[in-house]
Amino acid sequence: MPTVRMTVNGRAVSGEIEARTLLVHFLRNQLGLTGTHVGCDTSQCGACVVHVDGTSIKSCTLLAIQAEGAEVTTIEGLATGDELHPMQAAFREHHGLQCGFCTPGMVMSAVDLVKTNPDPSEQQIREGLEGNICRCTGYHNIVKAVKAGAKAMNAGAMKG
Amino acid sequence: MTTETGIGAAVKRREDFRFLTGRGTYTDDINRPHQAYGYILRSPYAAAQITGIDTSKAKAAPGVIAVLTGADYDKGGLPCGWQIHSKDGSPMIEPAHPPLCKDQVRHVGDQVALVVAETYAEAKDAAELIEVDYKELPAIISTAKASEDGAPQVWPEAKNNICFDWHIGDKAATDAAFAKAHHVTKIDLVNQRLIPNAMEPRSAVGDYDRATGDYTLYTTSQNPHVIRLLMGAFVLQIPEHKLRVVAPDVGGGFGSKIFHYAEEALVTWASGKVGRPIKWTAERSEAFISDAQGRDHVSHAELAMDKDGKFLGLRVNTIANMGAYLSTFAPCVPTYLHATLLAGVYTTPAIYAEVKAVFTHTVPVDAYRGAGRPEATYLLERLVAKAARDMQMDQVEIRRRNFIPKDAFPYQTPVALQYDSGDYEATLDLALQMSKWADFENRRAEAAKRGKLRGIGISTYLEACGIAPSAVVGSLGARAGLYETGSIRVHPTGSVTVFTGSHSHGQGHETTFAQLVSDGLGIPLENVEVVHGDTAKIPFGMGTYGSRSLAVGGSALVKAMDKIIAKATKIAAHLMEAAASDVEFKDGNFTVKGTDKSIPFGQVALTAYVPHNYPITELEPGLEETAFYDPLNFTYPGGTHICEVEIDPETGITQVVNFTAVDDVGRVINPMIVEGQVHGGLAQGIGQALLERCVYDEDSGQLLTGSYMDYTMPRADDLPSFQVATHGTMCTHNPIGAKGVGEVGAIGSPPAVINAVIDALAPLGIEDMSMPATPLKVWQAIQSAPKKMSAA
Repeated sequence: MPTVRMTVNGRAVSGEIEARTLLVHFLRNQLGLTGTHVGCDTSQCGACVVHVDGTSIKSCTLLAIQAEGAEVTTIEGLATGDELHPMQAAFREHHGLQCGFCTPGMVMSAVDLVKTNPDPSEQQIREGLEGNICRCTGYHNIVKAVKAGAKAMNAGAMKG
Repeated sequence: MTTETGIGAAVKRREDFRFLTGRGTYTDDINRPHQAYGYILRSPYAAAQITGIDTSKAKAAPGVIAVLTGADYDKGGLPCGWQIHSKDGSPMIEPAHPPLCKDQVRHVGDQVALVVAETYAEAKDAAELIEVDYKELPAIISTAKASEDGAPQVWPEAKNNICFDWHIGDKAATDAAFAKAHHVTKIDLVNQRLIPNAMEPRSAVGDYDRATGDYTLYTTSQNPHVIRLLMGAFVLQIPEHKLRVVAPDVGGGFGSKIFHYAEEALVTWASGKVGRPIKWTAERSEAFISDAQGRDHVSHAELAMDKDGKFLGLRVNTIANMGAYLSTFAPCVPTYLHATLLAGVYTTPAIYAEVKAVFTHTVPVDAYRGAGRPEATYLLERLVAKAARDMQMDQVEIRRRNFIPKDAFPYQTPVALQYDSGDYEATLDLALQMSKWADFENRRAEAAKRGKLRGIGISTYLEACGIAPSAVVGSLGARAGLYETGSIRVHPTGSVTVFTGSHSHGQGHETTFAQLVSDGLGIPLENVEVVHGDTAKIPFGMGTYGSRSLAVGGSALVKAMDKIIAKATKIAAHLMEAAASDVEFKDGNFTVKGTDKSIPFGQVALTAYVPHNYPITELEPGLEETAFYDPLNFTYPGGTHICEVEIDPETGITQVVNFTAVDDVGRVINPMIVEGQVHGGLAQGIGQALLERCVYDEDSGQLLTGSYMDYTMPRADDLPSFQVATHGTMCTHNPIGAKGVGEVGAIGSPPAVINAVIDALAPLGIEDMSMPATPLKVWQAIQSAPKKMSAA
């Protein structure tokens, strides 16, 4: 079985895997990072979105072996200790989550959305999150959260 | 006690931190030592005889521990929790529902074999090596045609595929009302089948402990005690003290996780057989063919009116599709959760409804968000909208003219229910104002200039939830009680653990219930912890469905708090050397009336556990109480939903441009959470109206909408932001005044959307539109419309 090596949430990791192992299964089953979820089998729902080399990607569309040498960030790696990332904090503040299952993917997608478009309009947020399905919130509060999260991320970037 | 965290405060949710940081624990996140994995081989046919199964190659495949088929299964079938009797008094047909099929499969996805292996991939690979000989049989799919002569038969004992043929109401009185009608409006409607699609696929881990003989099942359930009762007592014959069911974090349910499913029984049973924990998790394509589906009614309805548009009588005939087997609560959905709602918010004096339930070769149908009430509301509000057009009356005026007035409560309907409270004019007026209804024609004219067809639609609805008085539902066929339990454990230092039989799978009970108890006991919110979802921790519980958690589960907690306060008052009286009748409890303090003698709750709690100075001959030490709350009536949320759409006639695309919902949900504990519940319900209702439809091939019975590439889930760019508000009248019969909010969005919204679409298309002479109003359907209607669009 091949061995794969990558950096996940700042930590160097490696594992022996079957070649067909998807990145999401490597993260969940081998690394125990169960915050990344599997909600479908057609790469439609976005529950499994993580960042690979700084870009959001559905981790069910990537073989683990394709992430060899990559920097991977999962939802577990977003907060700094107990201090939530501004986007996580905005989701909490605006009730942008209910059952929490789509939430990790939604937050990871939203962070990447704001990186590429720091001041998205409501329509741009709705279109930008088209690849993430939520069944609980009707997206109303997710949109509010992403708007607020974008603002907070920009403020943080200016401070930083 | 502060108002910042008490009843009515928009407290941020306590569950969010773990969900936002990836630290939730969903069933598929749980791994037991030495765990094996299960894969279920499912039928590729809608109807077929199994003439042989050869598992030898699969058994020899790498990593395989066991391959189990119907021939190996020696336990019971899945039970149905509700019995309906037909018009003639005969009980419904209740076919066997084995977790593994032996001789025959009855829908695509029916369970044929369970493969247990060291890894999931090995189990799945081995399942491909199982050789099953099927003799395909003709299938019946169509709801409308299932009971026609000559249709393929799903069950030999169900002649013409009829499960039951039921009715409610006064036929003679209704016929008499129609005989004197000035006008009768008639409508034919399909309430299409939907797939619930909670984002977390179902999952189950069965774990048999050989040392103790105990079984544990971790499962994606809305009601772990119900699963323990059904699976333990009826399916596997495991006594309840030897069976623990845990429903940890659950990623949405919407009804689909109420039911006891085959996979739960199979992993538990097989774990005992192979002596290893076994995990099964549905792939999404598997969920599409194994999760209970929703709706699927075909109805004809007639409304009799006098010359002023006053409703005189209502006749309804519905065919409801049960699928191939009876799921846990399926029979009550089209009957007592549907036909009893046909009075709606109106004074219609005579109603008669007939409901025929049929079997087809499809996945079983059961409760899905709203369960029967969206079907009743859609029927009634489409019919009323059509009646207004027939009578050339204003859509609002016809409703006002027939509303049950707010001074008429309690109001007895002709279809069994007695409404306790409501103010339909108030929710209507607020919704009209918020939606700027009066200015709509200006917006329509403005849209026409842009070449768009703009329409507005209204739905004034009511639903019954907070289920339910056990004695009432028992007399109607329920095979369970529908109370709820709550336990309050006050710790020596005055903090509190709350144990509830309700289950949260997105509703935020850990926050709302903590607010309720913090407010009731006058202690800080952070001193209250809410525990749910584990039969080893909670005394008993009926779980969460039918918008019942606050109205029933919350009321149980209030009753438990009453007991706590009663006992604590006696302890406080002893400490203050006063009579208990002179001591009052307010804002967390026990005070001798008319004096400044007072001691806080925490001191009483400590005394209860350190009873040195204590009325020991009268009272036991400790401070922990349990209450079972059985509701006195259903609760009756209602309100007004107003939808505004714009249709692009070139593409047929319908865009919801405004949506206003004003709901009377009774007492609100956390308005932020209540609004979120409404938003989610609206998305599912708008999804049904415009996007979602479960489609089977009528000949082969193959599911054509079996993935997210084919079944249209509402996405962020399909929906607008919503305008929501509540206008509460209090429920009169529970101690909180709460009515329930989980389902209102999905119940009230679909007819508002379709009425808006029809209103937009009305200038073209179009009078009907079925759900979902897809671009294709709308475009075709425009192409074949009696009138052409006038040039803007």
